[in-house]
Amino acid sequence: MAERLLELDGVSLAFGGLRCVSDLDLHVDEGEIVSVIGPNGAGKTTLFNLITGIYEPDEGDIRLAGESIVGLQPHQITRRGIARTFQTLRLFLNLTVKENVMTAAYGHTKAGIFRSMLRTPGMRREEREISELANQKLAFFGERLMGYRWNQPAYSLSYANRRRLEIARATATNPRLLLLDEPAAGMNPVETHEITELIGKLRTEGGYTILVIEHDMHVVEGISDRVVALDHGTKIAEGTFVEVATNQGVIEAYLGLGTAETK
Amino acid sequence: MSEWLPPESESPEEAVPTTGPAVGRDEWVAREGERRVSRAGWAGTVEERLRRVPWWAWLMLFVAAGSLMPVFESSGYVRLVGFNTVVYMMLALGLNLVVGWGGLLDLGYIAFFGVGSYVYAIFDSAKFGYHVPSILIIPAATIVGALVGLLVGLPSRRLSGDYLAIVTLFFLELFETVATNGNQIFGHDITGGSFGISTVFPLSFAGHTLAVQHNGIFAVSYYYLAIVMFVIVYVSLFFVNNSRTGRAWRSLREDPLAAEVMGMPVNWLKLTSFATGAGVAALAGTISTALNASVYPLNFSPVVLITLYAMVILGGSGSQPGVVVGAFLVSVLLQVLQDPGQARVLFYLVIVVGVIAAYRVSVRLAIVAASTAVFGIATHAIAASFHHSWVDGAHGGLAGVLANWVVVPERLTPWVGQVAYLLLLVGMLCATQLRGRLRLVTLPPTLYLAAFVWENQMIPNPGPARYIVLGLLLIVLMIVRPNGLLGERRVEIN
Repeated sequence: MAERLLELDGVSLAFGGLRCVSDLDLHVDEGEIVSVIGPNGAGKTTLFNLITGIYEPDEGDIRLAGESIVGLQPHQITRRGIARTFQTLRLFLNLTVKENVMTAAYGHTKAGIFRSMLRTPGMRREEREISELANQKLAFFGERLMGYRWNQPAYSLSYANRRRLEIARATATNPRLLLLDEPAAGMNPVETHEITELIGKLRTEGGYTILVIEHDMHVVEGISDRVVALDHGTKIAEGTFVEVATNQGVIEAYLGLGTAETK
Repeated sequence: MSEWLPPESESPEEAVPTTGPAVGRDEWVAREGERRVSRAGWAGTVEERLRRVPWWAWLMLFVAAGSLMPVFESSGYVRLVGFNTVVYMMLALGLNLVVGWGGLLDLGYIAFFGVGSYVYAIFDSAKFGYHVPSILIIPAATIVGALVGLLVGLPSRRLSGDYLAIVTLFFLELFETVATNGNQIFGHDITGGSFGISTVFPLSFAGHTLAVQHNGIFAVSYYYLAIVMFVIVYVSLFFVNNSRTGRAWRSLREDPLAAEVMGMPVNWLKLTSFATGAGVAALAGTISTALNASVYPLNFSPVVLITLYAMVILGGSGSQPGVVVGAFLVSVLLQVLQDPGQARVLFYLVIVVGVIAAYRVSVRLAIVAASTAVFGIATHAIAASFHHSWVDGAHGGLAGVLANWVVVPERLTPWVGQVAYLLLLVGMLCATQLRGRLRLVTLPPTLYLAAFVWENQMIPNPGPARYIVLGLLLIVLMIVRPNGLLGERRVEIN
């Protein structure tokens, strides 16, 4: 069995009296692509917020490669190797396309304010490395992001390209685990098809382990080694796509109770 | 379940026609550069050339122009204005770091200017008998300023927006209170109280004192020293802005949560932004205090803070050349407006430009202009027919031209002026709220009233008048360029 990269152990979270995630066990192995599905409000994005440290779980433990990351600040968790994209895009719109990617190198670079003021040789070398890294991450998207001049501000990008830029930015943190929150939302069929291929490429060429939230079942079918279905903050099914898609509980969760019988 | 795959003709390779924009491709955006209409002829060529001039060339040009000023201008007053302008530019650069890049609304900024000033004044004045060499005290004051910035930042690093503004404003008040009452802290005199410290030594390097005055005229050495400091600050901050720290600061401004999740320690970045800005302000404080040979608590009042914010916003918050130009314009304008004659020219210019901007070149513009002129001449004629003392107040300059138009009595009955002021406010409300013909009818009397109030009320009181003109100018400029003169930031509405 491959190494457990991410492990959630009995994780619970409540806001006031509202239980968002309760007693959730989840694991992602090294090199795996796992999809999380579930109806709106099932706690999928909350799960991502828990893993990245935006929320701290009330109970349970979250481990990255065997080490607990509960209680760490989000930027510390990112430095340990988890990067994410956002469902509602959160780019730095007034920064240029390339700068957006360059910012993400902050965690694994060192030059401080004084070294930057003096532009020491070490700082300049590091800058060149960051620039090279950004070029490489942007080039990963082929001609899609190539058409742009990368010194244009990010707000000039179209919606689909903003999603691509978010992925590029996340990969620039040099993560081991990539969390993608609805990467295909708002894309047309051609682009959705591309995103499916891209996620596969992220694993084979980028070497990332991927946990993805997705509503588009075609994408989920196309990429997943394993699918986890959530509803009301609990895991209702887990397995291959076919197993989960035919699961009675999952169908009920999506279509409502009783629909499965009448079908 | 493979019917979702798009038909072959829609696959990415074939879907794109070889010419013209294609659906799903962002060619429209990608070809933005080609579509952008550039001005034809030599104007377009000049524009294109100007865009290619690197930043350091602009800076050198600007500095060279500034350095030549004392060569042509021997007046000590003008040189002093030049010095103060350079200090304002430095302050604006520091504030731009905190507000324009870090996105932190720091209303206590001017207090750090005060910290630098007081540190210099305390350790380099006859009052306390210390005389620390400038080469030590200038960096020391900068570091103390940065440390105080760090201290203020510590409790406020978890705050943002309005809350941060309140806490920092509180700090400014605290600083003023301490400075004003600092002559009796546990029985010791530390800041000289409300009288300040007025026996500050000038700068001295290696035993050589840099005299503030030379044969009774302001010494140019301070002006050049300030320019050198300004260039150092500008270049250092430019380099920081294009480093990982600068990018992180700007990310923090754009989206703190995303910045944190992308591996940037947001709290620490807020602290460094605060402290670096404070250090720049403290540095500006040292040279300013050395030149003025004194420091008073009133030098650090909220009015200075507001002026500084006006500079940053006018120039374009976030843009380094922008805030420098903004600081230059506001600082020079405030001096120019001290002369009633120049203020008058600007006042009427703003009104004329405003009306033209509202109506463009049209029949309505002609109607407004003609009816305002006729309204004025008629009013003037009626007033003159009652008694010549009613119109004898105008004299000199542009007022000579206006003498047959605006009614300026020799001695204005106070209540008339107040009623006119009130009527002007009502007229302005009507002119902005009404549309179409009604506006055409209300505008000429309102414009006339504005001129009347200006000539009779404002000219005798140039103090508030210059701030009113400056305010008007700012309003017009912010309507024309909402992001500031050189600002590029845009806020997107989704």
